[in-house]
Amino acid sequence: MNEFAKHKIKEARILKIEQETPTVKTFELGVSLDAVPGQFVMVWLPRVAEKPFTLIKTGNTIAITVKKRGGFTEKLFQLKEGSYLGIRGPYGKGFTWNGVKKACIVAGGIGTAALLRLVEELAKNKASVDFVADFKTKSEILFKERIEKVANLHIITEDGSFGTKGFCPDFLMGFLKKNEYDKLYCCGPELMMVKVLELCKKFDLKAEFAVERYMKCAVGLCGQCCLDEWLVCRDGPVLSSEQLLKSKEFGKFYYLKSGKKVAIQ
Amino acid sequence: MKEVALCFLNLFIFIFGWVLLPVLETTFCNVSLKNPLILASGILGLNKNNLLRAQRGGAGAVTIKSVSLEERSGHETPNIAFFEAGMLNAFGYCNPGIEEALKEFSDLSCFEVPVIASCTASNASDFAKLVEALDKLDFAAIELPLSCPHTPGHGLLVGQGTPEATKEIVEACRKKTKKPLLVKINASLPGIAEIALAAEKAGANAITCSNTLGPGMVIDINSTKPVLAFKVGGVSGHAIRPIVVRSVYDLYERIKIPIIGLGGISRGEHVIELLMAGASCVGIGTAIALRGHNVFEKCCNEMLGWMKKHGYKSIEELIGLAHE
Ligand SMILES: Cc1cc2nc3c(=O)[nH]c(=O)nc-3n(C[C@H](O)[C@H](O)[C@H](O)COP(=O)(O)OP(=O)(O)OC[C@H]3O[C@@H](n4cnc5c(N)ncnc54)[C@H](O)[C@@H]3O)c2cc1C
Ligand SMILES: Cc1cc2nc3c(=O)[nH]c(=O)nc-3n(C[C@H](O)[C@H](O)[C@H](O)COP(=O)(O)O)c2cc1C
Ligand code: FES
Repeated sequence: MNEFAKHKIKEARILKIEQETPTVKTFELGVSLDAVPGQFVMVWLPRVAEKPFTLIKTGNTIAITVKKRGGFTEKLFQLKEGSYLGIRGPYGKGFTWNGVKKACIVAGGIGTAALLRLVEELAKNKASVDFVADFKTKSEILFKERIEKVANLHIITEDGSFGTKGFCPDFLMGFLKKNEYDKLYCCGPELMMVKVLELCKKFDLKAEFAVERYMKCAVGLCGQCCLDEWLVCRDGPVLSSEQLLKSKEFGKFYYLKSGKKVAIQ
Repeated sequence: MKEVALCFLNLFIFIFGWVLLPVLETTFCNVSLKNPLILASGILGLNKNNLLRAQRGGAGAVTIKSVSLEERSGHETPNIAFFEAGMLNAFGYCNPGIEEALKEFSDLSCFEVPVIASCTASNASDFAKLVEALDKLDFAAIELPLSCPHTPGHGLLVGQGTPEATKEIVEACRKKTKKPLLVKINASLPGIAEIALAAEKAGANAITCSNTLGPGMVIDINSTKPVLAFKVGGVSGHAIRPIVVRSVYDLYERIKIPIIGLGGISRGEHVIELLMAGASCVGIGTAIALRGHNVFEKCCNEMLGWMKKHGYKSIEELIGLAHE
């Protein structure tokens, strides 16, 4: 296909909507697409906006899992089956898992979505996976059945309403002491990822992190999504522990819609 | 003895090199450049980290994203829409504002290549304020885009694309800086030579041609809606190249100051075409989406290959060749 035309908007009407938790819905969309786990698409709701979402399913149809946050996601939540969405992509660099026999996956909240296809690919390769997932509360637990089928799932809730009560990095410490992993994968709130990165450094463990930055173009032109010298839309969203250990901005700064640099709270 | 031999060897390499190998080094507005390729304004350019990437990708000079007095979030997404021969953008001059920009660019010592500033405002006095502020930093030049086709209050949408407005703005800015002033015009307009002449007369040191053309519109027929949130946007990429080549060709015959040509350049051969039309330097923006951040290095290699094959040794030989 022509190099510009491959970025044209594709029709991706909603085929099915599933309410995963009170604040999370999965949308199955009628468009065929292949992508590496960790890659994302730009989802366009005409007259509203266009925003990035990770694919939790690819093939003849695709699916995205969305957490309600602000204006755009609220509008998405009002849509019905048959509603029009457009997508472009897939974009970015996904996870790598060649030769990984034993993996640890660490997920925080909606970050679980970014890791769902990865854990399934690892299982296909017969890797053994410990999946540590951190949620606010029992009703916010995501993809429990799907992950349990392919990995050892350990659920942590912040309020203790299910599984272990506590904070994921503390729990992870115990795991890393007991086990030798080939690789760790992580996606979640940035401050949690920073803690996990520190642990990886301590245990000399190679890791990959799916990182979020504000995105506009997704094709490496506008510079909006930068994290140090990387453009998260093009060099990420998956970045390695080697890259992030060199970062001066990870866990500290991000860029607003205007491009203004602000501290992460 | 050893020194003499070394000296001869150097001379030999120099002569041999001169006879056989073309060079891309050039000077523009008294600034020396390792090659004539410049990162266009608005592509990356939000901060130093962004620009360093273009430097690593082989750019001969880099331009910052246009800054305004105030912080601007710009238009809602989609800011970008593609079609078979290029794309449209309508970012709406999102930028953190001059105060942040002055902090970000206060120390440019990490750059090996010249850094060009760019600023935008609604009127001559605001332009002058921005130029006065930018003049204090180590920028090699300051570009005034009087030609954005998709931001209310700026460029074409506030009538800056006329000889009169150009004269007024350039005169006001000229008083505030001795740095080279580049005036960026829009090849969509009918009387570009008159605009460029007005800029030259008011003291501009070079003309940048062109900003994105149009504006244009892309409609997604499946949803029946324009793709861009702002509905219209500036056109860049392959589609606009012939218009840019023609505009630069026309300008070269009418003005004395040098021209930076840009619009739809993605290969070394395109650069050479634009040099032949009369550009002294060539900007690259959209092509980064196609060929990556080292598109500059790729274009340089293609230029060297072509120049070697056809017996050209320097950039200067190529400039304006199509007019002979
Ligand atoms: C590569 C990538 C993959 C993502 N995948 C998912 C996913 O699978 N599921 C999911 O629920 N969310 C995902 N997100 C986040 C999602 O894009 C935002 O939650 C969404 O854009 C919020 O928009 P809003 O208008 O509802 O909220 P707003 O009120 O506009 O913003 C809430 C927060 O969302 C983030 N956000 C807003 N706009 C953008 C944008 N254009 N780009 C990046 N972040 C933005 C900001 O951090 C902001 O503080 C992903 C983000 C990135 C960068
Ligand atoms: C995403 C994008 C943002 C741009 N922002 C600016 C800007 O802030 N200031 C400016 O003078 N030109 C801006 N331009 C115009 C470019 O500098 C350039 O003139 C135009 O894109 C044509 O060159 P190209 O086809 O190589 O991209 C922008 C162009 C694009 C594609
Ligand atoms: S979103 Fe524009 S460069 Fe990444």
